[in-house]
Amino acid sequence: MLFSLHFSPPPVIAPLPFKPLSHVPHHHHHTLNMLPSTHVLKPPLCSTMEHFTLNHHGKGGEEEEEEVDQTLPLGLRREAMPRHVAVIMDGNRRWARSRDLPVRSGYEAGARSLRTIVELCCKWGIKVLSVFAFSSDNWFRPKVEVELLMSLFERGMQEDTGIFLRENIRVSVIGDLAKLPEALQELILNLEETTKNNTHFQLIVAVSYSGQYDVVQACQRLALKAKHGLVEPGDIDASLIEQELETYCSEFPHPDLLIRTSGEFRISNFMLWQLAYTELFFAQSLWPDFGEAEFLKALLAFQQRRRRYGG
Amino acid sequence: MDGNRRYTKRWNLMQGAGHKVGYSALMSMLKYCYELGVRYVTIYAFSIDNFKRTPEEVQSLMDLMLDKIEELLKDESIVNRYGIRVYFSGNLKLLNEPVRLAAERAMLATAKNSKAVLSICVAYTSTNEILHAVRESCEEKWDEITLLNSSGGYEPDEDVNLIKLTDIENHMYMAFAPDPDIIIRTSGETRLSNFLLWQSANSYLYSPSVLWPEIGFRQFLWVILNFQRIRVYLDKKRKQL
Repeated sequence: MLFSLHFSPPPVIAPLPFKPLSHVPHHHHHTLNMLPSTHVLKPPLCSTMEHFTLNHHGKGGEEEEEEVDQTLPLGLRREAMPRHVAVIMDGNRRWARSRDLPVRSGYEAGARSLRTIVELCCKWGIKVLSVFAFSSDNWFRPKVEVELLMSLFERGMQEDTGIFLRENIRVSVIGDLAKLPEALQELILNLEETTKNNTHFQLIVAVSYSGQYDVVQACQRLALKAKHGLVEPGDIDASLIEQELETYCSEFPHPDLLIRTSGEFRISNFMLWQLAYTELFFAQSLWPDFGEAEFLKALLAFQQRRRRYGG
Repeated sequence: MDGNRRYTKRWNLMQGAGHKVGYSALMSMLKYCYELGVRYVTIYAFSIDNFKRTPEEVQSLMDLMLDKIEELLKDESIVNRYGIRVYFSGNLKLLNEPVRLAAERAMLATAKNSKAVLSICVAYTSTNEILHAVRESCEEKWDEITLLNSSGGYEPDEDVNLIKLTDIENHMYMAFAPDPDIIIRTSGETRLSNFLLWQSANSYLYSPSVLWPEIGFRQFLWVILNFQRIRVYLDKKRKQL
């Protein structure tokens, strides 16, 4: 077979096997399949308003077996919602630079984006959201920027405490917290303590965190236990490691879906062990631009995936 | 190398045919890699999770692996042509004896090759690899501590950092290879499926929708070009730090 040298962008999401709900311009995801595609591919670019319109037309229609869940946008099935979504919130600085704004504006816009997504998670029945706020590698950024980020975390936690309490949100912070400024450490401990009995939703913020760090610290804790005779090295198994990982603070420690924004196709040392079977979704938008429409797209794509776990 | 069974189904082939075509696709991809100067190629041949499949399917995959390992050892094979050293990474004790012995023979026979490396992950999952590395690190430290304790030279307060990152890394099955620059997963599934989790921290992830037996030079070229383009951007970013 002779292939033309015209390369279309590689698809990074599995094509969605249903017709688009609206005739709007869509992102192109060409397949590199040699064989004719059997699906109509394009994911719908929907807004919540459109869903209300469609719902209305759909009433009294052919498919009466399923109750339409009015709290979810059309197309999303409540029983197939991911329980734990993880996000690498990338692109804040690029967003600021592209608008000739200072880096601070990028991070502030990113914080607004995070609040939107937290709200949507609560509304749509997602139980846990983990966000990669600050990586172990980020300590190498310029001191001024690191200090800016630390102060933004402090401010964010102080300002949003009310929301967390009101919305029954539990906040957990994972990472090598000893590296953080003392004031921030104290704030974090207080916030975790204050919200620890909240049950509606859990927000896990990874600060000074990396997947490799998490495994190493789990291993160190196990080594300590072994040293004190609490466990034999030979008895160490996967579940013992799980118990020592920092995500053990959650009812659902493994993300079902990981979203990374800004078009980068890498994990960048976010949770490694916990991402073993996680569906990955790479969004082109920069984080401050990642809103409801794109989140919906990611969730719809997730619900189309066939998870086999090697079987 | 995902999509062999779907390929069989799509083309109405006999059971196992997809995997055979997949093997040819693999040989082609290896040739492209080694011709281009790629020194390390790692393939996910059989996951510990795959033992969950029907006994017939598992057996047929084991038979195929045995067959292909023998082929690799022949004089005219790709291994000799490109001077490839072969490693089998995984919990080899889980394999049946013929396959395990063949794997060990292949590793021994190619131990002197030094131009390139092919690591074949069988009976592998990343979590098992990490678990194994953690266990071995603890056992090693355990011996060290016991020795120090008996000679009275161990400070009981020195609990901090008993085990370091490097200890774990040294005990990984994949310790002989650097982290992959690129991870390709075919058939449109975008997940790691417990493959090289530890080593994938900074890898460029590419998930073309082609089924593995259909993969060709086009996808290979595409990922290399993209990788090189991003490499330039990443190097620039690193300099900015």
